Amino acid sequence: MSEPLLKVSDLQVHFDIPNTSRMFAPKQTLKAVDGVSFELNPGETLGIVGESGCGKSTLARAILQLVKPTGGDVQLNGQSLLGLNKQQMREARRQIQVIFQDPLAALNPRMTLLQIIGEPLTVYEKHLSAEQRRARVMKMMERVGLSPNMINRYPHEFSGGQCQRIGIARALILEPKLVICDEPVSALDVSIRAQIVNLLMELQKDMGLALIFIAHDLHIVRHISQRVMVMYLGKAVEIGESEALYLSPKHPYTQALISSVPSMDPDASRANQAILEGDLPSPLNPPSGCAFRTRCKLAQPHCAETAPVLVAHENEGETRLVACHEV
Amino acid sequence: MSSIIQTDAAPTQIFPEDAEVLKGRSLWDDARNRLLNNKAAVTAMIVLGAIVLLVIFGPLLSPFSYDYPDWDNIYEPPSVGDAHYFGTDSIGRDLFVRTLYGGRVSLMVGVVATIVSLLIGVAYGATAGYLGGRVDNIMMRIVDVLYTVPFMFFVILLMVVFGRHLILIFVAIGAINWLDMARIVRGQTLSLKHREFIEAAEAGGVSTPNIIRRHIVPNLLGVVIVYITLTIPQVILIESFLSFLGLGVQEPLTSWGALVNEGAEDMETAPWSLIFPAVFLAATLFCFNFIGDGLRDALDPKDR
Amino acid sequence: MSLLEVKNLNIEFTTLDGVVNAVNNLNFAVDKGEALGIVGESGSGKSQTILSIMGLLASNGRATGEILFKGQDLLKTPEKEMNRIRGKQIAMIFQDPMTSLNPYLRISTQMTEVLRLHEGCSKAEARKRALEMLDLVKIPDAKNRLDRYPHEFSGGMRQRVVIAMALLCRPELIIADEPTTALDVTVQAQILRLLEDIRQEFNTGIIMITHDLGVVATICDQVLVMYSGAVMERGSLQDIFKRPLNPYTRGLLHSVPLPDQSRGEPLYSIPGNPPNMLQKIQGCAFNPRCEFSSERCFQSKPELIEAGPGHWKACYRESGELEAFERGKVS
Repeated sequence: MSEPLLKVSDLQVHFDIPNTSRMFAPKQTLKAVDGVSFELNPGETLGIVGESGCGKSTLARAILQLVKPTGGDVQLNGQSLLGLNKQQMREARRQIQVIFQDPLAALNPRMTLLQIIGEPLTVYEKHLSAEQRRARVMKMMERVGLSPNMINRYPHEFSGGQCQRIGIARALILEPKLVICDEPVSALDVSIRAQIVNLLMELQKDMGLALIFIAHDLHIVRHISQRVMVMYLGKAVEIGESEALYLSPKHPYTQALISSVPSMDPDASRANQAILEGDLPSPLNPPSGCAFRTRCKLAQPHCAETAPVLVAHENEGETRLVACHEV
Repeated sequence: MSSIIQTDAAPTQIFPEDAEVLKGRSLWDDARNRLLNNKAAVTAMIVLGAIVLLVIFGPLLSPFSYDYPDWDNIYEPPSVGDAHYFGTDSIGRDLFVRTLYGGRVSLMVGVVATIVSLLIGVAYGATAGYLGGRVDNIMMRIVDVLYTVPFMFFVILLMVVFGRHLILIFVAIGAINWLDMARIVRGQTLSLKHREFIEAAEAGGVSTPNIIRRHIVPNLLGVVIVYITLTIPQVILIESFLSFLGLGVQEPLTSWGALVNEGAEDMETAPWSLIFPAVFLAATLFCFNFIGDGLRDALDPKDR
Repeated sequence: MSLLEVKNLNIEFTTLDGVVNAVNNLNFAVDKGEALGIVGESGSGKSQTILSIMGLLASNGRATGEILFKGQDLLKTPEKEMNRIRGKQIAMIFQDPMTSLNPYLRISTQMTEVLRLHEGCSKAEARKRALEMLDLVKIPDAKNRLDRYPHEFSGGMRQRVVIAMALLCRPELIIADEPTTALDVTVQAQILRLLEDIRQEFNTGIIMITHDLGVVATICDQVLVMYSGAVMERGSLQDIFKRPLNPYTRGLLHSVPLPDQSRGEPLYSIPGNPPNMLQKIQGCAFNPRCEFSSERCFQSKPELIEAGPGHWKACYRESGELEAFERGKVS
């Protein structure tokens, strides 16, 4: 196997939160991401699923170095992204781009499409003349399915799906190696989601992109990714090949997540659906031992004592990593 | 209401090479349209424009200069015949010319002091807000300390040390007003900083000065413009107040505030010496406030 | 008589850019104990429809037609009486629970206020009933939580509180506007189960606004599919999911990846973008995005016709044509 494109090892992002319960109380630590490791090969897609507050967006921001990791390492092509100087960081950022959830909020409302999509070129390809830049932007617009004659328009003149196309054009104009998609279709209309997913898959094939696809829509994650990582309270609880993980989830949380998705079949018996009780515990004060034990149907007394680590389970040539004492 | 332009952008579609490049409608265009549909604001702009034109060119219509005492016509009521359109004051100076000259000073103080406070305040506030953390803390504590300096004491001190001078008034008012501007801009920047397009720019490797220049400041302008239209009348009032206390412009130069002050003393014998400058002052303040309200509605239609 | 009957509802907005038709000639009815799902994308007019039922239309909007609640036309009901109906007989649940809770007041204050206002309960009585309701929506340790503030609850718990508040006066109709969109899937499943239990226990009518067909399949009996302010198809859950007769409904159903679809294949997608309200489309509003459109679709708008018992569609194509076309594409 060749060198992985991205290697994340034991990544931690902890935030200090002032304790407001009384004056001079010690600061609390919020472990948004707590020891996550994975590798991503060139051209591969990793799906990350989990409920809000599980740390998946913070993980994305930590990989992008938009928040500073407090521990662990992120390596791109074998080079650590931590402790780079400004110049090196700028070069590394060229390789990693991002697509956000809210397509309109991710675009500066005062800028035209030319300025928005062309901005990365003004940073990295300063030698381009204004005319060349314009030509590149128009080509990219066409590539993502936007009519190039819209180049002087503003984001608010477009619908949500089109704004997401603009975001994709901006992310891809530098031909990066890795694109992190932070819930790129959650805010879009149902009929538009499939368009955007298809576009991403098509561009991935053509440009050899690696994708990290963050979502809570399991159907779509399963469809687009080769491997899926399930997160709960800042930790990875299960990693595996998407098809196998979806068909035979091993971790009780993954099982609950999959069975919670409302069925499209009107005949499906509603009573049989396994429903996870309770809410996500506060990440400021997570349960001892296994963080999921408070909602877990398999929980045993020893789950409260030690936190399970990811253990490899081999099954029919597939390697699945599961963090559970009872599997 | 912002409109969404319908396009047929299927991914497989081939776009014609020679399609005409469509013109975009920016948020500024939208705001201008909304502003021009606001009757109160448009009226205010017309009235204000007329006042400005009159203040600039009006004195040419009169044979008198602002400091010429017409000893034959002391306390002359308004009359068209001898060209004292607004009458004269206690030493026979023509009030028409003096009101317009006073307007020049008042408006200039308002505009210049506001621009001073704008430049310092926006740069300072945007930097503090965007950099955040310790830098923000130190910069804003400096602002807090400056807030504690009593304004009147500061002005009197300046006058005592440097003598009365028009420039000093700009400095004094600008030095106080940028503090408010810096606070407002910082607050806005803080809320902008977490918007996704700023993160996108950071992830895209855009440098900090460019993020502030290209992404933060243009999005602040709406709030800043509204604030400016409300600051100008405030500054004019401060100047009037200083003049009222005798700390404002030096005789024979004058301002609306100084004229109102003099007029108030002669209110019973020569009411015209109060009425005309007061009407101009009030009309100007009204206009700025109407324009400010109109701009606020136009730039931020959600709050309507 | 139906609990709620909407007849020929039209909603217009006057904007700077001209008059916008948000809803055209809408007809539907909800019975006691029945759950109607209104499915539509942004700009379909579904939110304006429920706002007009509640009498909460924005000031530049105008609704015409009839909205009969137990025979009384809500569009002609004076504001004072609407206030009595709203909250007491018709309750509404919003997408974001925080918008319907006042962050500065305790849950107990907000809940008892409703009861004292609408039913003139004493303080103690109101408190007792509020507590019962919190128990009913399965808020653990309700007694201690009653005097907490909204921000002390998690998102799912907040939505439960909102549902408890909606139920306080035993409304006959609950209108839920995307009640689970802001929630996680595991919590969504809990809330849907709760709404289903409530419907069975109190025989409440429910109107569920959503864009998630899975939610519709879980909770609704009747489905109304809206597009660009008009009804595309209306029928029972089985009709809509098993025998969809409108290309738009079919497109929506196909847009969700099915478990048996192979990974990485392009998903089925409806081309184009949701309609822009300002743009007038000649004929059927869906025609720019429709694979089945013919000459006729561009000329005139198809009427809503009854294609089977209780199954209404607005489309010129026969169901056989749609199926033949799809078979042709596959082979």
